[in-house]
Amino acid sequence: MPLDKNDIAKRIAQELQDGFYVNLGIGIPTLVANYIPENLEIEFQSENGVLGMGPFPFFGEEDADLINAGKQTITTLPGASFFDAATSFGMIRGKHIDLTVLGAMEVDHSGAIANWKIPDKLIKGMGGAMDLVASADNIMVAMMHTDQNGNSKLKTKCSLPLTGVQCVNRIVTNLAVIDITKNGFLLKERAPDVDIDQIIQKTEGNLIVPDYVKEIVLN
Amino acid sequence: MITKTIAGISNALEGIQSGMTIMLGGFGLCGIPENLIKAIADSSLRDFTCISANVGVDNFGLGLLFKEKKIKTMIGSYVGENAEFERQMLSDEIEVILTPMGTLAEKCRAAQMGIPAFYTPAGYGTEIAEGKEIRTFNSKNYILEEAYKADFALIKAWKGDYAGNLIFRGTAKNFNSIMSGAAKTTIVEVEELVPAGSLDPNEIHTPGIFVDRIFQGGYYEKKIENLTNRDH
Repeated sequence: MPLDKNDIAKRIAQELQDGFYVNLGIGIPTLVANYIPENLEIEFQSENGVLGMGPFPFFGEEDADLINAGKQTITTLPGASFFDAATSFGMIRGKHIDLTVLGAMEVDHSGAIANWKIPDKLIKGMGGAMDLVASADNIMVAMMHTDQNGNSKLKTKCSLPLTGVQCVNRIVTNLAVIDITKNGFLLKERAPDVDIDQIIQKTEGNLIVPDYVKEIVLN
Repeated sequence: MITKTIAGISNALEGIQSGMTIMLGGFGLCGIPENLIKAIADSSLRDFTCISANVGVDNFGLGLLFKEKKIKTMIGSYVGENAEFERQMLSDEIEVILTPMGTLAEKCRAAQMGIPAFYTPAGYGTEIAEGKEIRTFNSKNYILEEAYKADFALIKAWKGDYAGNLIFRGTAKNFNSIMSGAAKTTIVEVEELVPAGSLDPNEIHTPGIFVDRIFQGGYYEKKIENLTNRDH
């Protein structure tokens, strides 16, 4: 069965390591915060200027001066700090963030990503995405494998305006976990009961399929 | 002691002229100079080039300036959530320059700190890099970006003193502290203005040297753009 959005977030949460500083993009990536293994200490950064983000506030406890990059009201955890946007992006550019998880419209087999603009249709701006993908060493994409019309979002070459080049390390979709290598996409794991032919059929671009591909295990 | 206080919003806009470049602090609706924005929206001034991370929402924040057609060129980073802005952008009524958020922040900080330009990796290989100088350091490619040149910076702080020292609250620091002193003239509105000596010098976020005018805002709505709660 293909993964749902929460399952994708659960699979990405398995990548977290103790002591990681993590930046989560808007959409599926935000859900990763719900599945942090209990034995790990993780701090979440939001690029508008907070480290140590906690859960959403209870009703009535929201504070207009306390939001995340998606403009949602948030809380902070013990050890949190606030800072200006230049410092925030200094953390990102300076490679102090250990893991960045982003959504995407397209990713191609060279590791390029497009997620900020559909010409003449959707122009919302790149926000911090270009800084994040150009800077971080460990960039993971969380997205559905295909678009609403069933077309692969994994590409030989991105057709939409790029957010960054040679930057994505790993993609987790509803069908598979795929790494970006020198030779293209490498199939690492498949969703439970999803057969490899289906993944091959729904993946554009060079997909390397090893002899054995393990199933994604969700806790 | 050098004093930066002005009477209030009535003379805060002195010297601002149509067609100037103004930078505005805030992220979304968080930490925006509400009183200054309303005063400009109500004035006869127009044709501004605005530098701000976002564009507000319809009928609030920077949205008020779009509603009154005060902005000719918008330099920002994330511009969703405002239908009137989108209409003006798609009908080419306004020019829009989209900039990676970290680059936008650093262009403010560079202006504040007297750095004319800097190299950043953000946007390399994308349309943002077109026409810009590229240099390679340690096998990685970077784009040359220049500091902003603005006439006025409009800033919101939580507390300030008569000397112009500022303290921000929560995530409202965002672009406010780095735009202070990044324009020829910096105007700050605060929720609470106190005599010099009332704030602990150890706690100051932005020293008064970066501030030209300071006043206490008359009223703050502090709207929330995306109220999100949890149930348990």
